[in-house]
Amino acid sequence: MFPVLKIDDLQTHFFTRTGIAKAIDGVGFHIDKGEIVCVVGESGCGKSMTALSVLRLVPHPGRIVGGEIWLDGQNLMAFSEREMREVRGDRVSMIFQEPMVSLNPAFTIGNQLIEAVRVHRKASRAEAWERSVEMLRRVDLPSPEARMNAYPHELSGGMRQRVMIAEALLLDPVLLLADEPTTALDVTVQAQVLDVMVRAARESGTAVMMITHNLAVVSEIADRVVVMYAGRVVEQGTTEEIFTRPAHPYTQGLLRAIPTLSTAAEDDAPRQPLYEMGGLVPSLTDLPPGCAFCPRCSAAIDLCAAQKPPAFPLGETHAAACWLRRTEG
Amino acid sequence: MARFWANKAGVAGLAIIVVCILVAIFAPLLAPHDPLAIDISLQGMEPSEAYPFGNDEFGRDILSRVIYGARISLGISLFSVIFSLGLGVVLGAVAGFYGRGIDNAIMRVMDATMAFPAILLAIAIVAAMGSNMFNVVIALGIVYVPRFARIIRGAVISLKTREFVEAAISLGASDVAIIFRHILPNCLAPLIVQATAGFAYAILAESSLSFLGLGAPPPAPSWGNILSESKDFMLDNPMMTVYPGLAITFAVLGFNLLGDALRDILDPRLK
Repeated sequence: MFPVLKIDDLQTHFFTRTGIAKAIDGVGFHIDKGEIVCVVGESGCGKSMTALSVLRLVPHPGRIVGGEIWLDGQNLMAFSEREMREVRGDRVSMIFQEPMVSLNPAFTIGNQLIEAVRVHRKASRAEAWERSVEMLRRVDLPSPEARMNAYPHELSGGMRQRVMIAEALLLDPVLLLADEPTTALDVTVQAQVLDVMVRAARESGTAVMMITHNLAVVSEIADRVVVMYAGRVVEQGTTEEIFTRPAHPYTQGLLRAIPTLSTAAEDDAPRQPLYEMGGLVPSLTDLPPGCAFCPRCSAAIDLCAAQKPPAFPLGETHAAACWLRRTEG
Repeated sequence: MARFWANKAGVAGLAIIVVCILVAIFAPLLAPHDPLAIDISLQGMEPSEAYPFGNDEFGRDILSRVIYGARISLGISLFSVIFSLGLGVVLGAVAGFYGRGIDNAIMRVMDATMAFPAILLAIAIVAAMGSNMFNVVIALGIVYVPRFARIIRGAVISLKTREFVEAAISLGASDVAIIFRHILPNCLAPLIVQATAGFAYAILAESSLSFLGLGAPPPAPSWGNILSESKDFMLDNPMMTVYPGLAITFAVLGFNLLGDALRDILDPRLK
């Protein structure tokens, strides 16, 4: 049984005028069938580029320079552009951040959904229509038949993102890449849309790679978590492991930086200012030779600055790339 | 649509164009005489009741010739705009979508074409291929291809980075589907504006070519060659040149007014 997605030592670099930016510098993780994996990390740490690399849609001047990406046991790096096009939208699909502008303003919702079906399947217009309405119903869009004839500008942001989710799941893909699908939405709508996405994905048995920096969302929906920093995976494990036993100083810092809602009355402990991680993300064109987090790490030892830490296993599912977690052998 | 009807100049332009088109379509019903019928006894006659615009050097009825001229002038303009639109859209879309080498190759050829004065280039093409209506259409078409190509290229470049295009790519759409479904329908606005303006240019250019004897070959009446034939009588009978000239002015004015109005309505940046 192959994992749905297995990324091995992926390296995606951007060849800019000012030097080579290592947007992804040796990322490796896997996603099992039907699993929901959240990839977290701050802006620019390579989360979105990892998703685009899976679809082999890294924008110019970026290029995948090394590593392997396996989908259901097939090496995507060996696929031709034509074969990749058959993969995109059929076996792997993606949802972007901006639902407001992710639909073509010139066509109705129905027209776009039907087209999405017919790009990949031999289906009559009637069958494609049926399937589209069924998907819209599954993402809880009210009166789906009527919405099929609506233009994108006639729908609200939340409705449009539901349409995007329906479009992405239309052909029961094995993997859904969701790049911060709710950040552009109203906070009140975020939870609903997220809930709809997770439910629809589970119904069709689709594994989800969800990119986010909202840790509250992660704790709610993720089966496993991958923490990225400066183009590398620093820690991965089940949601429980990451939240209760974070092993990497960066993960620990992230979790301490979550504001909590508590009042003095219910909380005897003296109030503390919110934790803030010192320093800045290193430039991707000029990464330190050792651990990328070393300059900001309060627990750093000499070894950290000199050598890149490999991922040390801490359990069956838990691993951290930190010298402090070095295990013997 | 409501905004269009509120634009008086645009409505006036549209009305003029509609009149011109109706005249062209119903020319056989409107023209009092055969535009090609020669009557030496009427040579160079001043306007009369039977011949309100007068008669030309062969005694042909100028009114009928101007009416039939609408067919030829508008017809040639229409086909040359269609030709340059078609070729320009394809070249511009390919250049803008694929970028880099292909873009450079196509756009440098377009720049070179644009470097020639429009009429001079059209004259050269007609002179090289021979003067008949088909060649005039081709010549005028080629001259205006770069304008369409540039506009489409610009629109494609700005549209191809839009999220809905990226979303379509990530859902496995092919290049052809991206260009024809996701990009071109969204750059219709500048295209319509340019096509309308292109019509005005084409009428003028066709008239110029005909005036120089390189347009629709005589005896076929086109506004340009009616003007050209009557210029020899300008001192004796100045009105002979005024009527075809007015027809040209009228038609060009109509298309320009419509084009300007459409640009104001469709281009949000000019508001």
